[in-house]
Amino acid sequence: MTTTVEATARSRSVPARPGFFKRLFAEYGQEVVVLAAIVVLFAVVTMVNPRFISANNLTTIFSGNAYIAVAAIGMAMVIVTGNIDVSVGALIGVLATISGSLAVAGYPIWFAWLAPVLVGMAVNAVIGVLVAYARIPSIVVTLGALSILRGGLISVTGGTWITDLPPDYLIAQKQILGLPVPLVFMVVLTLLAAFWMRYTAFGRSLYAIGGNAEAALATGIPIARRTVAVFVIHGAFAGLATILFATQLQVIQSTVPPNLELTVITAAVIGGVSILGGSGTVIGSTLATILFATIGSALIFVNVSAYWLRAVIGLLILATVLADMLRRRGRG
Amino acid sequence: MNLKSLIRHETFLALLLVVVLIVLSFQSDRFLTVDNLLNQGRLMTEIGLIAIAMTFVIATGGIDLSVGSILGLTAILTGVFWQNVGLPLPVAATAAIAVGTFAGFVNGVIITRFRVPPLIATLATLALYRGLAEGISQARSVRGYPEWFYVLGQQDVLGVPTQLWILFLAAVVASVILAYTTWGRTVYAVGSNEVASRFSGLSVEKTKLALYTASGFAAAIAAVIFVSRVSTTRSDMGTGIELDAITAVVLGGTSIFGGRGTVVGTIIGLCLIQALKNGLSLAGIKGDGTIMLIGAVLILAILASNLFERSGTRT
Repeated sequence: MTTTVEATARSRSVPARPGFFKRLFAEYGQEVVVLAAIVVLFAVVTMVNPRFISANNLTTIFSGNAYIAVAAIGMAMVIVTGNIDVSVGALIGVLATISGSLAVAGYPIWFAWLAPVLVGMAVNAVIGVLVAYARIPSIVVTLGALSILRGGLISVTGGTWITDLPPDYLIAQKQILGLPVPLVFMVVLTLLAAFWMRYTAFGRSLYAIGGNAEAALATGIPIARRTVAVFVIHGAFAGLATILFATQLQVIQSTVPPNLELTVITAAVIGGVSILGGSGTVIGSTLATILFATIGSALIFVNVSAYWLRAVIGLLILATVLADMLRRRGRG
Repeated sequence: MNLKSLIRHETFLALLLVVVLIVLSFQSDRFLTVDNLLNQGRLMTEIGLIAIAMTFVIATGGIDLSVGSILGLTAILTGVFWQNVGLPLPVAATAAIAVGTFAGFVNGVIITRFRVPPLIATLATLALYRGLAEGISQARSVRGYPEWFYVLGQQDVLGVPTQLWILFLAAVVASVILAYTTWGRTVYAVGSNEVASRFSGLSVEKTKLALYTASGFAAAIAAVIFVSRVSTTRSDMGTGIELDAITAVVLGGTSIFGGRGTVVGTIIGLCLIQALKNGLSLAGIKGDGTIMLIGAVLILAILASNLFERSGTRT
């Protein structure tokens, strides 16, 4: 059935097939806007201060923020299905402590890397079941989970840092083929997830669930099971993000950057994922993470006081959102 | 049926509160004393004011994540207007409250004029307003307020903490508005079915604009009370308070999808959270354990209420 619909749509569009760029823009509008913003920003800041594109600074921009991009991939999937997760920041904090403790306690390194992924999947399976089967709105479940995870983390660690991590454990500081591992993780995971969401039946069904749940159910998509599955996948990405986050320094702090969950959600949304569900790609969320990181670094290079950083980022987020809404209205 | 399920949730919650109070009073002699309870009321006023406004916002199917940042911005501006600009403190506080209210108004404009979903709009302004607070303060705190200013946050009127009167008044006025006025009914109508409300000739946009402005105003008032209570201003004040307020509102039975909820429910939810926080800390459990418990209570309360409601609808 889908194929005939697609075929008619295609045959109809044949007579006046819009140009490549027009099609690209229609389908990936927000991604193109974000990418353009990154390019412009790089050009302008490099003119002001050429050291901006030094290898050192590029590593800081890309590697230091890769874990946010990886977490945003899972978040993008969750939001595409019309759900949300405000607990991911606290989850990453908990997983980092688990992973680091295992590494210090002398467990095999591979196990210390695998554990956060498995625990992340297990925690999010519980969240997914509460959302899909107990029918509690995802914002409520994850708000509760946020409290539980954050409280649990502090009461278990007592705020102490994990030190003496084995050197082999610190994968985020290593290189593959001359490229920093976090960068490789970010690019490979983004591409895999993007292909999976675009070209597999499972991936497409996420858009169907977010776009119109009733219609999705009518076409035979098992919504409840898919919702649990998407939360579990999101948990796996949170685990992978944790590996990058926990191994970037010589110590693991018992706290994550404040409002990490909001940063991750913002990355997904600015990248073009509609908060109402049903549209958006993980390429957009990764580009948006890079944009934030670039802005942060650029402000330092053009000597803007660090205290104004958040205000400028907030303003840019707002401008991007407003531009997106105006663009959508112009099209619709 | 809607009204019935509403009463059911609040009754359930009130019973839970009573049970919690009884259990906690056995845990510590100091818990169920007038002094302690009044002091706890003092501590919950800021979240309470924000949560009351948030009840309206969530009842329309919206959300306001920027309240914590508006609180921080207003607090910083109160200090800066007074100490750096040199305005008299009442004028400085009023001006700061005006800015906080305007910040809420800006949220409303972004949401109603540009049709940005509330979650995204207030997520963006959360970063923006907090950023402005940080930029303006440059990490300096303001201290040394005159003695009379502490009346608001640290002293009593007729034996009851000053700010508790404000919270009480706000709660009464807000519940009357939400339950008994046409405008209050409009809030529910918008939350149940926005399109239908628009077709029925209700001024949906104006209602929402007014609510987000009111939410900013509530956060701004909370900011001044906060400053008066802790005698200092810092740019990180109110961080995360939005989640506390939303927890109280949702625990109080307001549907996150809109169309349902009461101010009374929110206040009970608020008391339950505060009682747990205080009672457990008196019983020797650390604050972090309490945070965990509140998260669990939130999920379990909604779960229980969902189960009751479903069995109620089916019979």
